[in-house]
Amino acid sequence: MRNWKWLIGLFVCGCVAGVSGTTALADEIVIGGQCDRTGPTKNVGTQLCPGVFDYIKLINKKGGINGHTLRYIEVENAYKVDRGVEAYERLKRDGAVVMLDYGTPIVYALTPRHMEDKLPGLTPGFGRADSTDGQRFPYIFPMAASYWSQMGAAMQYLKDKGGVKKGSKIAYLFYDNPAGREPLGVFKRICDIEGYECRDFAVPAPGVEMSSQLLDITRRMQPEWVVAHLFGKAPSVSIKEFRKNGFPLDKVISLVWGAGEEDMQVAGWDTAQGYLGMQFAGVGRDFPVIQDIIKMYQAENQEVPEHVGWVYYNRGVLTAALIAEGIRLVLEHEGLPVTGEKMQKGFERIKDFTLGGFLPPLTVVRDDHEGGGWVRFYQTKGEKLTPFTDWFRGYRDVVLDEVKKAEKAEKTEDKK
Amino acid sequence: MINREAGVFQTGYQGDMALYTLPLAKIAVCGTLGILLLLPWPLAQAGNEHLMSIVNTIALASIGAIGLNILNGYTGQISLGQGAFMAVGGYTAAILSSRYGMPFWFGILAGGGMAALVGTLFGIPSLRIKGLYLAVATLAAQLIIEWTINHVPWIGGGAQSSIYVDTPRFLGLVFNNEFRRYYLILVFFLLAYVGAQNLVRSRVGRAFIAIRDRDVAAEIIGVNIFKYKLLAFAVSSFYAGVAGALWTYYLRIANYENFTLVVSIEYLTMIIIGGLGSVLGSVLGAIFIKLLPIVLDITVISIAKRLFGISYENVANFLANFQLLMFGALIIIFLTVEPEGLARLWENVKRYFRLWPYSY
Repeated sequence: MRNWKWLIGLFVCGCVAGVSGTTALADEIVIGGQCDRTGPTKNVGTQLCPGVFDYIKLINKKGGINGHTLRYIEVENAYKVDRGVEAYERLKRDGAVVMLDYGTPIVYALTPRHMEDKLPGLTPGFGRADSTDGQRFPYIFPMAASYWSQMGAAMQYLKDKGGVKKGSKIAYLFYDNPAGREPLGVFKRICDIEGYECRDFAVPAPGVEMSSQLLDITRRMQPEWVVAHLFGKAPSVSIKEFRKNGFPLDKVISLVWGAGEEDMQVAGWDTAQGYLGMQFAGVGRDFPVIQDIIKMYQAENQEVPEHVGWVYYNRGVLTAALIAEGIRLVLEHEGLPVTGEKMQKGFERIKDFTLGGFLPPLTVVRDDHEGGGWVRFYQTKGEKLTPFTDWFRGYRDVVLDEVKKAEKAEKTEDKK
Repeated sequence: MINREAGVFQTGYQGDMALYTLPLAKIAVCGTLGILLLLPWPLAQAGNEHLMSIVNTIALASIGAIGLNILNGYTGQISLGQGAFMAVGGYTAAILSSRYGMPFWFGILAGGGMAALVGTLFGIPSLRIKGLYLAVATLAAQLIIEWTINHVPWIGGGAQSSIYVDTPRFLGLVFNNEFRRYYLILVFFLLAYVGAQNLVRSRVGRAFIAIRDRDVAAEIIGVNIFKYKLLAFAVSSFYAGVAGALWTYYLRIANYENFTLVVSIEYLTMIIIGGLGSVLGSVLGAIFIKLLPIVLDITVISIAKRLFGISYENVANFLANFQLLMFGALIIIFLTVEPEGLARLWENVKRYFRLWPYSY
C-alpha cells in the first residue's frame, strides 16, 4: 500500500492552502454573507445569493458609496450549524463589518456571537420573531416582517377584505418545525380576540406527505380560509393537494417561504392559478433597481438570467440594498472607519426607505428592528405573480405584545 | 504515535500495564499534549479566531465520535441515535443553566448523566435484537427524542424549541472567545480520549469486545451480556451527552436542529472513516468529516480564482456542488484504499517507516 503517500500529500496541500486568508484594501468596505446553495434550502439560496452579488456589483459600477467600493464575500454553509459558525469566523477574520446570516438554526447559533463581537447580522426572514426587539438584540436586524407580523397581516387581511366574522372557520396549515410553529401563538390569540373558529394542522418533516391533513381541512373542517406556512418542497405539494380536493386556491394565503416561482413551476402554473402569496420585497422586474441590474447585464453583453425579478432573487437585492443604505448612513453621519458598532447605529437611522416601491416604507428604530412589519400579497396569474394588495400590516398591538411577553419570559427564566 | 518497539522488555507488572509502554511513546504523548496546550498561543498572536473555531468544532465532534465508537466499534451495537443523545445532554444542560442557574460544569456532567439514563433506556432492545434491527430501534430513539423536544414546551422551551444559556464562566474567567472556549473543550476532550483509551483495555473493554466478536461465546465465557450491553449504551450516551452539553455552551443555545438524524449519520460516517474500534480513529474521522468540507471550500475557490481566473460569484452554484462531489469522492477513495479506516492507514504509515529504508 503506497497510496497513502499522495493522499496525505494532497491533504497537507489542502490544509496549507486553507490557512491563507485575504486582507481588505484600504478603501474597500467588506460585507460578509452566508448562503446555502447545496443544502435543503438550495432552491432559495441559488436565487437569493446572486441577488446580493448583483446589487453590490451595481453599486460598485456606479462608483460605490461616497467613493468607497464594497466587497462582498460569500461563504457556503449548506444549512449546517457548524459550517455557519466557521463561516462567521472566517468572515470576521476577513474584516466584514456586517453580515448576512442564512438559515434559521444558524441565526439562532450566531446570535450570541453577534452580540459578543458587536457585529450586526442581517437575518431577513430567518431567525426568531422576538429579535425584532433591538433592546434585547441590538446587533440582530431581521429587517423584514417576522412570522408573527406575517400572521398578524394575514389575519388583518381576512378581517378587512376576506369577509370573515365571528364564528368563521380558519385553518392554519404549517410545517412542524420551530419556524412553522412560531406564528401559532399569534394565530390562536387573534382567533380568541375575534371569536373565529380556528384549527391548526401540522405537516411533519420532510413535508411531502399531507393528504390526510388536506382531507381533514377540505372535507371535515371546510374552512373559509386557510393560512399556510410551509417550506422547501411542501408548498408545491400543498398547492397540488388543494387543487385535487377542489379547494379554491384564492382562499389560501401562504406566508413568505411558500410562494416562489419555483413552487408554481413544480406544482404547475395551471394548477397554481389564484394562489395568494405573502412577500416582504417586490416581485417582478417593474422596479427601477431591477431595471438597473438588467441594464448592467445588457451593458456587458450577458444574458439576463431567468431568475432576475423572481421572489427570492429580489429578496437578495433587498438585503443588499439595506446593507448599502446602512453603510451610506454610516459614512454620512459617523464617518470612517466603518465598524460593526457604527453599522448598528447606521441601520437604526434607516427611515422611510422604499427603493422606488421595491420595499415597504421601511423605518428601523431601536425598538423595532423589523422595520415596521410590512407585507404585500401577490397572486399567481398566468405564469406570473401579480400584485394583489398594497403594502400593509396588521394586529401590530398583538405582535408587539408577543415580543414583550417573550422578553418577560426570558427575564423570569433568568431569575429562577 | 510513531515509535520503535525493539528491545523493550518489561520487568514488572506496573510497566506492563502502563498506557504507553515505550519511552518514545511517552515523549510523543507529552509532545502532543504540549502542542495542544500551546496551540492557541500563536493563533492568538495572529488574532486568528477562525482556525481556533475549526479546531474547537473538531474537538467537540471527536468527543461524540469516541462515544459512538465505544458502542459501535467496540461493542458492535449499531446506533443511529447519537444525535438524539447529544440533544438530551444539550437540553439538560440548557434547562439546568438557564432555569436553575447551575454552573456550566454541573450542566455538562448532568447532561452526560441524563443522556446516559436515556441511552440505557433506549438500549434495552439491544438485549433481544442486534445488527440492522437494532439500528432501526435506535432510529426510533432519534425520532421519539426529537418529537419530545419539539412538542413538550417544558423541555424544548416553547415554539422555537431552543433555549439560550449564558456564556459559561469559571472562577471569574469568562469563556467569551474562541481561545478561551478551546481550553474549556480541551479539558473534556482529553478526559474523553484518555478515559476511552483506558476503558477499552480494561476488563469492561474486553467484555465489550467479546460481545462484539460473538455475543453467544461471550456469554458462555461468563460475560454478563445484560450488564455490559447496557453499560456500553450508558457510556456511549454519556459521551454524547457531554458533547451535546459542550456544544450547547459553545454556541450558547440548545437547538434540536443541531442534533437531527443527519447529525447521527454524520457521526456514524466519522467512525467508519476513522476506523471502527479505535479511539484515535474516532478523532481522525472527526477531523476528516469536519475539516475536509472547509478545506475544500477554501481551496477549490482559491484554485478556481488563481489558476483559472474564475471569480466565485459567476460559478458559485457549480463550485458549491463540485465540493460536494469531491467530498463524496474522497470518502470513497479513502474507504477503498483502506476499508479499516484512517486509524489503520496511520498504522500502515508507521509500519512503513519502522523498516524504512530497508523494507522487504
